[in-house]
Amino acid sequence: MSATTETGLRPTPQLIAHKVERPRQTKRWIDWVTTTDHKKIGIMYLVLTFVFFMLGGVEALLMRLQLSEPSNTLLSGERYNELLTLHGTTMVFLFVVPVMAGFGNYFVPLMIGARDMAFPRLNALSFWLLLAGGIVFYTTLFWNPPYAGWWSYPPLSSIQFSPSGGQDAWIFLIHLTGISSLLGAINFYATIVNMRAPGMSWGRLPLFIWAILVYAILLIVALPVVAAAVTMLLTDRHFGTHFFDPTAHGSPVLWQHLFWFFGHPEVYIMILPGFGIISEVIPVFSRKPIFGYKAIAASTAVIAFLATLVWAHHMFASPVPIVVLGFFMLSSFLIGVPTGVKIFNWIATLWRGSIVMTTSLYFAVGFIAIFVVGGITGIFLATFPVDWQLNDTYFVVAHFHYVLMGGAVFSIFAGVYYWFPKITGRMMSERLGKASFWVMFIGFNMTFFVQHALGLSGMPRRIYTYQASTGWGTYNLISTIGSFILAAGILMTIANVARSLKRGQVAGPDPWKGNTLEWFVPSPPPANNFDVIPRVRSVEPMRDIRRQIERETGVTQKTGGSERFARV
Amino acid sequence: MLALAAAGTLILPPDALAQFFTPKAGGSPNANDIASLYRIILYIAAVVFVIVEGALLYSVLKFRAGKAKVAAQIHGNTRLEIGWTVAAALILVVLTIVTFVKLPGIINPPNSGATATFLSASVTRPTPPNGKALTICVQGRQYIWRYTYGNGCLNNAFASKLPYSFQEMFVPAETTVVLDIQSTDVIHSWWVPSLGGKVDAVPGYTTYTWFKALHAGALYHGQCAQLCGDQHAYMTALVRVLTPSQYLQWLSSQEQAIAAANAQVTQLRQTLTASGSL
Repeated sequence: MSATTETGLRPTPQLIAHKVERPRQTKRWIDWVTTTDHKKIGIMYLVLTFVFFMLGGVEALLMRLQLSEPSNTLLSGERYNELLTLHGTTMVFLFVVPVMAGFGNYFVPLMIGARDMAFPRLNALSFWLLLAGGIVFYTTLFWNPPYAGWWSYPPLSSIQFSPSGGQDAWIFLIHLTGISSLLGAINFYATIVNMRAPGMSWGRLPLFIWAILVYAILLIVALPVVAAAVTMLLTDRHFGTHFFDPTAHGSPVLWQHLFWFFGHPEVYIMILPGFGIISEVIPVFSRKPIFGYKAIAASTAVIAFLATLVWAHHMFASPVPIVVLGFFMLSSFLIGVPTGVKIFNWIATLWRGSIVMTTSLYFAVGFIAIFVVGGITGIFLATFPVDWQLNDTYFVVAHFHYVLMGGAVFSIFAGVYYWFPKITGRMMSERLGKASFWVMFIGFNMTFFVQHALGLSGMPRRIYTYQASTGWGTYNLISTIGSFILAAGILMTIANVARSLKRGQVAGPDPWKGNTLEWFVPSPPPANNFDVIPRVRSVEPMRDIRRQIERETGVTQKTGGSERFARV
Repeated sequence: MLALAAAGTLILPPDALAQFFTPKAGGSPNANDIASLYRIILYIAAVVFVIVEGALLYSVLKFRAGKAKVAAQIHGNTRLEIGWTVAAALILVVLTIVTFVKLPGIINPPNSGATATFLSASVTRPTPPNGKALTICVQGRQYIWRYTYGNGCLNNAFASKLPYSFQEMFVPAETTVVLDIQSTDVIHSWWVPSLGGKVDAVPGYTTYTWFKALHAGALYHGQCAQLCGDQHAYMTALVRVLTPSQYLQWLSSQEQAIAAANAQVTQLRQTLTASGSL
């Protein structure tokens, strides 16, 4: 405890939490396997999901290599389809959704002033189910990976066209990660509703917590539907039902409705916690209160509501009546409004601030810059006649990577740089972090911006090769080179994490001059989090605490020194 | 990103760049209407993009802690917030109106030109005002498209002895062609970008689209847009536009070729049966 506050920038706010530890009786790894501590579980979530992020990234790079030149023979069609299925499934079910649960696990109790999650054992079960899902899915690498895409549209995913067990492993993965997320969601909901610090009314809930609350509700709404759908697929495949079998009056379109009724809320499940991270990072480094707290919290809820009403915009080319298409176009347009409101509010928060350009803020601003493009291309795709041209092309691939890779992943990186000092007690290298940001930003735009052009010039998604006469070679080569630059940028952050774990500067409890309660406790926080839970008087309780100490001691509170990153 | 586009302009031939910012079009009125709708959205989007990214960049550059020592402690501004919410909604209202104005031209086929003579009437499909169109059935299967030409192709594509072809479709210019699209195995998606948007071919369903090819002599490329298996990438389609008289000529030669091939098969079967190999 004493070591963690040696920052040289004393005095720090008076801490009222102490490390309470019983003497170690078991081996360290047994501690991890048997833990019910939300922080340890959170760390395991983050590490595991980043492993899957790496795997999914390697799959993406292999696909980009295959497409780098026309008529390439690096991969066969079958291998390519397996890779695209693995990549999509991994990134959605094993990375973006659970990594948000990782941040949520670590920071929900700390930010609301609780000592743990509501159901600590359930919390551990969530994590181990996720791991089980990942193992079930990845062992198919040694047999037959599924190859019907991450939507697994029947009849391609039916027993007739996907006879291998890989498809069943995919179904099993959806069930395992689904139960994991569902239990996690119930846990988050119960924790946030019941265990907030005294004084933390709904109007004082940190925006990240709002985001996690809505994330949990959306998971509870959406997951049972996909669980039902994949169970129907399973019985179709093995037990003689015909829900999706057109030869027995089943309907493949039914699957599409069920899958996307889950699938589109899933998109917001992936991005809303990212929005929450951005809403925490930007005010801290602008040294300004968030602009329009109520509007941001309300827009989160409105997005979640609308998210359950837009699913058929994934099906504009399917057999669906025009009236229905019109409805889903309008609902998809509508969801642009609260999303736009958030972006305006973030920019207004930066406006007239006193901005400290940390790596975390670089990623947050990069997130906004990229997400705006993804939002705008979303409007093109929501316009259903235009979507008839763009759906299922590289334009869509570009769009959702702007939203999920440039959007969600950049927000995750903003979160990593922001919270690493809290989790480990050490700072990451800012210089390496900023270099990593620029390499990622350039690599990302190089990879995905030209993909809009590929889609517009007629390249469908999910093709494993193309002829030179199509003229797509140059854009694809640019995209492939960009993807490797992007990967290098990501590796720089991984290297930064590895380096900083041991050699990073000691952070102290509050290196950034944070606004929320996690900065009130030592870094890393003790197992019991808080000795005394402070009374919350505003949406920025840590700021109030700093002010109070300044008033009482007369000493200006410096912190772990994010001031040093302020460029003159 | 724009710099990249500019760099692309220098490296690439102009025809390859025609599709950097706009979708393919030019072959049929519906494709052209989609492209013009797209362009309207693109212009509005460009304005929004410049304003939002500009404001972001300005605030990050202008309000650095080095220059701006004190942050303005503003919690919000209700009027401003209502203002931009309404502004965002208004843009979308405009887009909605534009879409519904453009929609009839995209979904309703026009009449054929005066030269077309092989049309038939139909009530179930998208039909031009005079009710007459050329029907072609499109049947997707792993991994090839089969086209059956003429009315009634949907009911019995094989027995009705209609001419058919694979992969390459032949159509007369200036004629409204209605496509009846089906699949025999998994989901495919019919898409020839220059002739309009894509339509899924879903087993158990019949879907429809139409085009009216404007330029005789043109050859349009397309390919299956829905993942349909290993060789999805090779499920391509060609549409060759002929003059109406060339089309009639092609139809009869295709009929003859099919008849000749059938005769050959029949003969071969007889020979094989006689020799006991079948």
